Amino acid sequence: MRDKMRENKKMSSLVILVVTLVLLFILNKTLDDYKLRILNLCGIYVTLGLSMNLINGFTGLFSLGHAGFMAIGAYTVAILTMPIPMKEMNFFMKPMVPFLSNIEWPFLPALLMGGILAGLFGFLIGAPVLRLTDDYLAIATLGFAEIIRVVFTNTQSITNGALGLKGIPNTTNVWWSWGIALITILFMEFLMKGSYGKAFKAIREDEIAARSMGISLFKHKVMSFTFGSFLAGIGGGLLAGLLGTIDPNMFRIVLTFNILLIVVLGGLGSIKGTTISAIIVTIMMEALRFLDESINIGSLHIEGIPGMRMVIFSVILMVAVVVKKEGLLKES
Amino acid sequence: MLKIDNMTMKFGGVVAANKFNANIEKGEIVGLIGPNGAGKTTIFNVVTGVYKPTEGDIIFSPNEEEQIITGLRPDEIAKLGICRTFQNIRLFKQLSVLDNVFIGNHLRIKSNVFSSILRLPTYRKEEKEMLEKSIYLLEKVDLKDEMDEKAYSLPYGKQRRLEIARALATEPKLLLLDEPAAGMNPQETRELMGFIKDIKEEFDLTIFLIEHHMEVVMGICDRILVLDHGTLIAEGDPEYVQNDQRVVEAYLGVE
Repeated sequence: MRDKMRENKKMSSLVILVVTLVLLFILNKTLDDYKLRILNLCGIYVTLGLSMNLINGFTGLFSLGHAGFMAIGAYTVAILTMPIPMKEMNFFMKPMVPFLSNIEWPFLPALLMGGILAGLFGFLIGAPVLRLTDDYLAIATLGFAEIIRVVFTNTQSITNGALGLKGIPNTTNVWWSWGIALITILFMEFLMKGSYGKAFKAIREDEIAARSMGISLFKHKVMSFTFGSFLAGIGGGLLAGLLGTIDPNMFRIVLTFNILLIVVLGGLGSIKGTTISAIIVTIMMEALRFLDESINIGSLHIEGIPGMRMVIFSVILMVAVVVKKEGLLKES
Repeated sequence: MLKIDNMTMKFGGVVAANKFNANIEKGEIVGLIGPNGAGKTTIFNVVTGVYKPTEGDIIFSPNEEEQIITGLRPDEIAKLGICRTFQNIRLFKQLSVLDNVFIGNHLRIKSNVFSSILRLPTYRKEEKEMLEKSIYLLEKVDLKDEMDEKAYSLPYGKQRRLEIARALATEPKLLLLDEPAAGMNPQETRELMGFIKDIKEEFDLTIFLIEHHMEVVMGICDRILVLDHGTLIAEGDPEYVQNDQRVVEAYLGVE
């Protein structure tokens, strides 16, 4: 009976995959540029949401360093893929260091490099920091993300500092963003199904019991953190390839909180929930833009307040945390 | 099998265990008893590496070789073959009964994480064996029908049995049971006694247990250690210990 259930699950997963691909194909043909961009963002946020859920939801590590890892990925992709003449135009304040100014990589190796560098930083940061727990870990990782941002602001000859980088080739399309998103979903499914993923969950459930059952807390936490930061780097790289412009201020705490919002609403430790909530939240972020502008209701005139739509998200988040702790989309 | 050599454990000014000595031979069932707060669980925590003793050594010899395990991490000690259950049950509550036992197998895994993600044949073979073993152990503790339930939904007695099954999955040579009969009714307690003897034979275990149920302690232990205020006050077979003057005083007080 279990085997039959597994067969059914396999079949329905395949059907969903095919439907998604067909849907993407149709949407790619019919949507205008603005909507296509949102569709791309949805895919990227699925990857980012899952990467954060791996660390925070499945392994139970309260980390807030996501924006830092994304910045590493985004800058790596931007610097490696940008055409050489474009680099000269960007770096007018101070020339770029020579070994970076003369290289131009294709998108895929640059993207992988972005992920690997972010993963490497995750590993190096994780080794000392993961000895901390709960809020202490959150503070340390938050601090790390800020350090990355400040370093990127001040390394003028590598990152062009506060001016940011413009003219990054727009390589990210629907196939890139959603292809990676689908690979990430599969990665997570397979990881969590296996023995290592279950060990991550065991650590989340009860650290003392997990280590008494022979699970090395340190090894598994660092492993999960490194995978999560690798994926965050990939997501950041895709974002750079989509937007075409990046600067250090993009990677503020707010970015981490946007992803945290997706993870919490989707349910900590739920792959399906995160995927759905990533799509909904990304679309809502755009759809609720009218709240930022001035509104006329009959004779009533409300002055526009930029950032008003975030209030809505804050309220939804508060309701979610109070009413349904395990996330709005997570089944029972 | 296990030698605790002149071990002292202090927490600030409190001496939880004072120059404690014990020697457990292969194949024995040894009981550790004593009034509340005597330091029984502290001794378990020291043996499993949760605490590092202030003084003294823990020596483990699963084979002929002796190995000092003082100061090793709990997961390293579990890998060597000492596993335990907890007084206040510590299951992975939100996970299924089967997953709880399955995770117990994880420390013996040979495949690395990438072959697990890519589901390579070597990993799949290993996973299949782990699953079969887990299901066998669940059958053994009579929980096979509940294997898809969440661990927290089980009644108390079954949770205790699940914890033992999870510990057995780590393939221990020495099993430490911290009050396995706590909260069980007389019927369950009698079953438990048979069960402990059973698993000892089948898995070739040495068992060290803390228990308050005198029926269990007297019924299955080959030898009993009596602890009071962190000090060993008596040691011997059940009959000897029952008649020891100091033990009676420790339990009932002095006139």
